[in-house]
Amino acid sequence: MLSIKNLHASVGGKEILKGINLEIKAGEVHAIMGPNGSGKSTLSQVLAGNDAFEVTSGEVTLNGDNLLEKETEERAREGVFLAFQYPVEIPGVSNLQFMRTSVNAMRHHRGEPEMNAAEFMKLAREVSKQVDLDPAFLKRGVNEGFSGGEKKRNEIMQALLLQPKLAILDETDSGLDIDALKVVSDGVNALRAKDRAILMVTHYQRLLDHIVPDYVHVLADGKIVKSGGRELALELEARGYAWLGIKDEATAASSAN
Amino acid sequence: MATTDQEVNELIKREYEHGFVTEIEVDTFEPGLNEDVIARLSAIKKEPEFMLEWRLKAYRRWLEMKEPDWAHVGYPKIDYNSISYYSAPKRKEDMPQSLDEVDPELLRTYEKLGIPLHEREKLAGVAVDAVFDSVSVATTFKEPLAKAGVIFCSISEAVRDYPELVQKYLGSVVPHTDNYFAGLNAAVFSDGTFVYVPKGVRCPMELSTYFRINAANTGQFERTLIIADEGSYVSYLEGCTAPMRDENQLHAAVVELVALDDAQIKYSTVQNWYPGDENGKGGIYNFVTKRAACIGKNSKVSWTQVETGSAITWKYPSCILRGENSVGEFYSVALTHNYQQADTGTKMIHLGKNTSSTIISKGISAGKSSNAYRGLVKFGPRAEGARNFTQCDSLLIGDRCGAHTFPYIESLNKSAIVEHEATTSKVSDEQMFLCRQRGIDPEQAVSMIVNGFCKEVFKELPMEFAVEAGKLLEVSLEGSVG
Repeated sequence: MLSIKNLHASVGGKEILKGINLEIKAGEVHAIMGPNGSGKSTLSQVLAGNDAFEVTSGEVTLNGDNLLEKETEERAREGVFLAFQYPVEIPGVSNLQFMRTSVNAMRHHRGEPEMNAAEFMKLAREVSKQVDLDPAFLKRGVNEGFSGGEKKRNEIMQALLLQPKLAILDETDSGLDIDALKVVSDGVNALRAKDRAILMVTHYQRLLDHIVPDYVHVLADGKIVKSGGRELALELEARGYAWLGIKDEATAASSAN
Repeated sequence: MATTDQEVNELIKREYEHGFVTEIEVDTFEPGLNEDVIARLSAIKKEPEFMLEWRLKAYRRWLEMKEPDWAHVGYPKIDYNSISYYSAPKRKEDMPQSLDEVDPELLRTYEKLGIPLHEREKLAGVAVDAVFDSVSVATTFKEPLAKAGVIFCSISEAVRDYPELVQKYLGSVVPHTDNYFAGLNAAVFSDGTFVYVPKGVRCPMELSTYFRINAANTGQFERTLIIADEGSYVSYLEGCTAPMRDENQLHAAVVELVALDDAQIKYSTVQNWYPGDENGKGGIYNFVTKRAACIGKNSKVSWTQVETGSAITWKYPSCILRGENSVGEFYSVALTHNYQQADTGTKMIHLGKNTSSTIISKGISAGKSSNAYRGLVKFGPRAEGARNFTQCDSLLIGDRCGAHTFPYIESLNKSAIVEHEATTSKVSDEQMFLCRQRGIDPEQAVSMIVNGFCKEVFKELPMEFAVEAGKLLEVSLEGSVG
C-alpha cells in the first residue's frame, strides 16, 4: 500500500531524513521507534505533506500513486490520516463543525452526498463513545482547553470517523496516563483492518504492549538502522538504544517537533 | 484533483457580488455645495422652515471646521465641490403611496440584493426601509407597525409628519458641531430611517434599512434617528452595498439613538460597501458618526457591527450612559482585505451611577490592509460604581497587513472599574495544516478559522443575519490564502 524509497527531506536547509526505505502492506501495523531527533516526526509530517519540510529526493507512493506531488488536502482525501503529536487549537470553531466539514470533504471527494448536521451528530456521538469522550466535547472549540489526553483521544476519534487507508500516529502515547493509554490503544486496535495500514511512531515500547505491531523499525539519524518483528521492541526496551550504538538524548536542534 | 483547483480559482476570482448599476432615470443635482444647493434640497423634500434653518446653521459652521486627520487612515483630499449632493430616481408626482407605484426597476434592484419588497415576497418578520441614493423608495410593514404604535418611516417623511419629535431629538445626541463629517451631514443629509417606539411597546418585528448607493459622483448622507420611549424595545438592522466604480464615493452618515427609562435598543450593522478592487482603486469612504444616548435609568443600547466593505471605514458607534444603571454594549467584527483601511471602535462615556459597558472587538486584517481599533472608556465624576470590560482581539492573515489598537481610558471617579484584554494572533501554519490534513480546502479552512474567531460577536446578531454575516466573511476573504 505505502512504498517509501530512498526518501530524503530537510527543514531549513538541514537534512533530517537521509534515505528512508519502507514498504507497508494493507492490513499491517508498523512501528517506528527511535530516540528524539532521529527524524520520526519529520517522517510523519513529510508523508502528510507539511510544507515546512522539503523533500529533496526519493519516492513515496500510496497504492501506486505518487503521493509527493499531491497537496496535503488531496493526500488526506485519498486516505492519508495523521494523528498529531501536538494537536493545535482552533478557538471558536466547534469540534463538531470541524469534524463534519472534514468528513464531508472526504465524502465530496468520493462523490458521496454530504451528511447533514443531524446525521453527523448521531454518528459523532457513537464514535465519541469508542474513545470515551463525553459528547460535550463535540460542542467545544477544536482542542480548545483540552487536556493532553483529551486531545489524543480526539485525534483517534477523527481517525475512526474518517476511516483512512493509511493512519499515521505520531507519538500518540506521549503524555498519556495508563488509563488514557488503554482507551487510545483500544481506539487504534478498532482501526486495524485488512484494507488499512497503520504506521505508529513512538519513543517508548509501552504503546506496543497494547497495540501489537507486525513490524518494528528503528530510526536513527534519519535512517532505518534495524527492522524486525515485535521482539525487536522488547529487546530495545531491555537493552536501550545504546545497544544499537545510538545515542538517546534529545538533540533539540534537529528535532522535528 | 483538477476540478477542486478550478473551483478554488473560480472562488478567488469571484467579484464583489453587489457591484452592479441600476439603469434608471434620475434627478441629480450638479456637483457643488453652497447655500442654494441646501435650499433646493430642503425644498425638494418639502421640509418645514425650521429644517432649512437647521441645515444652513450647520453648513455655516461646517465651513469653519477642519477635516480630522487623527485617524490611522490615508486618502487624497476630498473636493467637496466635485460631489453631487442629491440624486434620486425620477418619479411621476408625489412620493409613492404604495409599493405598486414604485418603479419596477427599483424593486428588481432590491430583489437582486436579496431584499424583496413586494407584498407577497416580503421578508417574514422584518420590516424594511429601502434607501436608494438620496431617497427612501419604499418602506414595508408600515401598517402593522402603526397598529402597535411604532412609527417606522423615512426621516424625510418624519420631518414633515412628526416635526415635534424630530425637532426635539434631531441633533440632540450628535450635534452638528460634533465633528467635520457630522457637520456636513447636518447640512446636506438626504435620507435615512426614523423610528419611534412608544412607551411600553415591544416592537413586534425586526426593523431594518437597506442603503444602496447607485448614482456616480454622488455622496450619500444617511441620517437615522431611533427613539425608544420608556420601557420599550426595538431591534434594528442596517445593510449597505454599492456598485463597483474606480472613483471613491463618500457615505457620511449620522445615526442617533435615544433610549429613555427602561428602554432597550439593539442596533446591528452589516456593512458591505464596495471595498475597491485588489489594487485599492475605488470603493466607498465610510465616514460615520453613530451615537446613542442612554438617557433613562436602566436603559440599554447594544451596537453590533460587521464591517467588511468600504475602502476606508471611520466609525465609532458610542454610548453616552447618562441614566443610572444604564448599559452600553459594542460588539464588532471589522475585516480588511487588499488595500482597505479601517479605523473603528467605540466610546463608552459613563456619566451615571452604576453604569456598565462591554466592548468586544474583533479585527481581522488580510492582504495589505490596515485595521485599527480605537476606543475610549470614560468615567465622569458622578459615575459611582461604573464598570467597563473591554476585549480587543486582532487576527492577522499573511504578513503584509497591519493591526493597531488605540485604547484610551479616562477616569474621574475612583470607584470605577475597568478591565482590558487584548490579543493579537495569526492564522497559524499549524492550524492550516491541521485543517488541510483533514481534507479541508485552504480557503474553507481560513474562513472557518476566522468565523470561529468572530463567534462571540456573531452570536449577538439577529439569527437571520448571523448566517449572512458568516457568508459575507467567506466572500470577503476569498483569495487571501495563497
